[in-house]
Amino acid sequence: MAKTDFEVPELHEYVDVPALEEGVMAHLSPFVAKPDHQEPLNFPGELVEDWHDKTLAKLDDLRSRYRSLQVYLDACVKCGSCTDKCHYYLGTKDPKNMPVGRQDLLRKVYRRYFTFAGKYFPKLVGAEDLTRETLDDWYSYYHQCSQCRRCSVFCPYGIDTAEISMAAREILDSIGYGQKYCNEIIAKVFKIGNNLGLPGPALADTLEGLEEDVFDETGIEVKYPLDVKGADILLVTPSADFFAEPHVDGLIGYGKVFHEAGVSWTMSSHASEAANFGMFIGSYENMRRVSMRVREAALELGVKRIVFGECGHAWRVAYSFLNTLAGPFDFLDPDYPVPQHICEFTNDLIEKGKLNFDKSANDHMTLTFHDSCNVARATRMGDKPGGQFEIPRAVIKAVCNNYVDMHHETIGEKTYCCGGGGGLLTDDLMEIRVKGALPRMTALKNAVEEQGVTHMAAICAICKSQFTKVLPYYGMTMDQIVSVHQLVSNAIVLTGQKTEDDESEEQEAEG
Amino acid sequence: MSTVYALLFIVATLVLVIGLARKIIQYAKTPAPLKIPTTPAPTTQAGVVMRLFREVVFFESLFKSTKWTWIFGWMFHMGLFLVLLRHVRYFIDPVWLPIQLIQPFGIYAGFAMVLGLAGLLVRRIFVDRVRYISAPSDYLWLLLLIVIGFSGLMMKFVAHTDVVMVKQFFHGLWTFSWGSLPMDFPLLVHLTLVVILMVLFPFSKLLHVPGVFFSPSRNQVDNPREKRHLAPWAKALEEQK
Ligand code: HEM
Ligand code: HEM
Ligand code: SF4
Ligand code: SF4
Repeated sequence: MAKTDFEVPELHEYVDVPALEEGVMAHLSPFVAKPDHQEPLNFPGELVEDWHDKTLAKLDDLRSRYRSLQVYLDACVKCGSCTDKCHYYLGTKDPKNMPVGRQDLLRKVYRRYFTFAGKYFPKLVGAEDLTRETLDDWYSYYHQCSQCRRCSVFCPYGIDTAEISMAAREILDSIGYGQKYCNEIIAKVFKIGNNLGLPGPALADTLEGLEEDVFDETGIEVKYPLDVKGADILLVTPSADFFAEPHVDGLIGYGKVFHEAGVSWTMSSHASEAANFGMFIGSYENMRRVSMRVREAALELGVKRIVFGECGHAWRVAYSFLNTLAGPFDFLDPDYPVPQHICEFTNDLIEKGKLNFDKSANDHMTLTFHDSCNVARATRMGDKPGGQFEIPRAVIKAVCNNYVDMHHETIGEKTYCCGGGGGLLTDDLMEIRVKGALPRMTALKNAVEEQGVTHMAAICAICKSQFTKVLPYYGMTMDQIVSVHQLVSNAIVLTGQKTEDDESEEQEAEG
Repeated sequence: MSTVYALLFIVATLVLVIGLARKIIQYAKTPAPLKIPTTPAPTTQAGVVMRLFREVVFFESLFKSTKWTWIFGWMFHMGLFLVLLRHVRYFIDPVWLPIQLIQPFGIYAGFAMVLGLAGLLVRRIFVDRVRYISAPSDYLWLLLLIVIGFSGLMMKFVAHTDVVMVKQFFHGLWTFSWGSLPMDFPLLVHLTLVVILMVLFPFSKLLHVPGVFFSPSRNQVDNPREKRHLAPWAKALEEQK
């Protein structure tokens, strides 16, 4: 296990709500963006001189453009309902990691400069002046929020701290105090087309390699096409799917499903990234610029449908925002939703009985499923509310014999974040990532001990990467996290593929 | 003295109505550029109405969260609601039948309200997380409401006031022909604090009342794939490029 300069929380049977310890996470903030990371996004390279006025002006601008921000800043009654709902508070005990504590960092300034009570009676209503220290506090704690929306489920007014975090990050970016991790990645997408900076030829190479692997394994020529004009389906998937474990096994699975469905499909080197970190930094403009690549690719390749691969926040941007940002998609086939999730696609085929599975291929595992926060609380799959919980589980159960859920308070709409979402998946924030994983790790550990779970499946690139990193901190192993379509890939029997049974029968016949 | 109160109430009413109207107009005018309902969310407008109904009447989300806050909060609000309905009799004549019918329950409602408020106050003082997020105003709101409730109960059960006079006074306010108020201490306390409440309402966290109806995470229909949602400023941005 990696050496740490912080204490890894111990796992107990329950996650107790801790007594608060002020300021214990104040030291942690991510690396600050350099001018090279800021400027391609149209943000100033470094902290501007008149940051005080610019901050207030931006706050004023945002609250006039986002009803969410304006209402959420006003409406909180400090009821405390959200205080014990954030995994980062549970894992760190820092009260500024309580959702309302986090919101108040911005709300105090809003009250001081934009409300009657705060202007004239600041002490009475807890309003505070904007100082240089305020900015550092914001920078620190708004980068300890994974924008998972768990708090918004429990708030009587649905106050979503994610919205406040996004606004705060947008303000910080606009005064030249951005986060390196997110902004560097967005700049890479603009330049190369994906978060990892993989150029087209490298992608083509990788995909060819996958085709060979699948052929060796199954004897079937499954294609992993790139930039094929006139294909029916454009698949947009997170770039981690192109090589990292266990992501790539998921990509192999999508290809096998498309192959069996008999549809023509392609990926695009122009839109070789489903992720859209523009959301994390709350920047409508940058989120739109990233999204437009999907539209451009769809038009250029002349596809009829768009399908997204396994990625949580990407599915949020795709499902909830794509039509707004890059629509209308009237040039696509109106018989299918735009976009579709790969799990919806696979589940449709399963329901129609078009896929053959050998479930025993997954018998060496007992699985559970981690609901990714963005999928759970910000999107849907299928026609019915809650389809985002049922459809991935239906897919898993169709390809695995052993499946159990984790504790019901930790899944579905109440799911706990993996700890690495919202632009925190960077080594400089390892401490908060590990500590924030505590509630999920607790639930998983319990499922391991009580129900014999061996593996946890997920449909999010960030979740998968995060768990790969943090599982070892909690005494589990990195390969316990798997892709849902990896399970599909294991079990699917391709038409014409020889199974082990066939082979042994043949041998008998010969002998 | 009665004239002072009459003027105070007229001013307070104006502040309350105009202040709230301004906030509501602000909320209504501010666009919500993206679809952000907390899912699973209703897929129809009727579903959204039901969701808001459950939120406003039962405090559904709070119920999911912490039972103690829910019990006290719900007791307080339902008590408040009945008490306010009961108070309608001071302002109209004849009194509508439904208002007449709830009069007997209204009495207990006053106790429920004060008890709920006391519970919320205890929670605010003793739960470290809630204490941490509380500003002085958060305690003062609870105290204000407790004293309003307590003075009301005093009048009801201990030091009766002349309710007929009170009614004449407030009913007369409609036509600017108020009579005089009984000069009873509990009543004057009650009324003074009510004026304060009305004046502060639009500048305070009581904005949760309009806020709950305007919260995009609760009032949006979950249909982004079916229907394109575009804010005016986002449209302008699109046309620029
Ligand atoms: C649409 C009507 C209303 C709804 C849905 C509503 C809902 C809520 C909810 C869910 C809470 C949090 C739980 C709690 O602490 O009780 C709350 C708190 C509060 N509400 Fe309301 N409310 C409404 C109207 C009012 C009105 C008319 C008043 C005042 C006259 C009021 C005063 C308060 C106060 C002072 C608190 C804070 C209580 C505390 O300190 O814990 N509410 N409200
Ligand atoms: C113009 C506004 C108001 C007037 C004229 C008024 C007047 C009165 C009077 C005369 C009573 C005594 C009833 C009796 O003896 O039978 C009373 C009781 C009471 N008032 Fe008010 N009040 C007003 C506003 C409020 C408000 C805003 C609240 C709550 C926040 C409130 C809470 C109570 C309570 C809890 C009682 C005791 C229970 C009851 O009789 O219903 N009052 N009020
Ligand atoms: S959005 Fe998630 S991470 Fe952020 S404050 Fe709410 S619960 Fe915590
Ligand atoms: S649950 Fe909502 S209203 Fe209550 S303290 Fe948290 S943000 Fe404020």
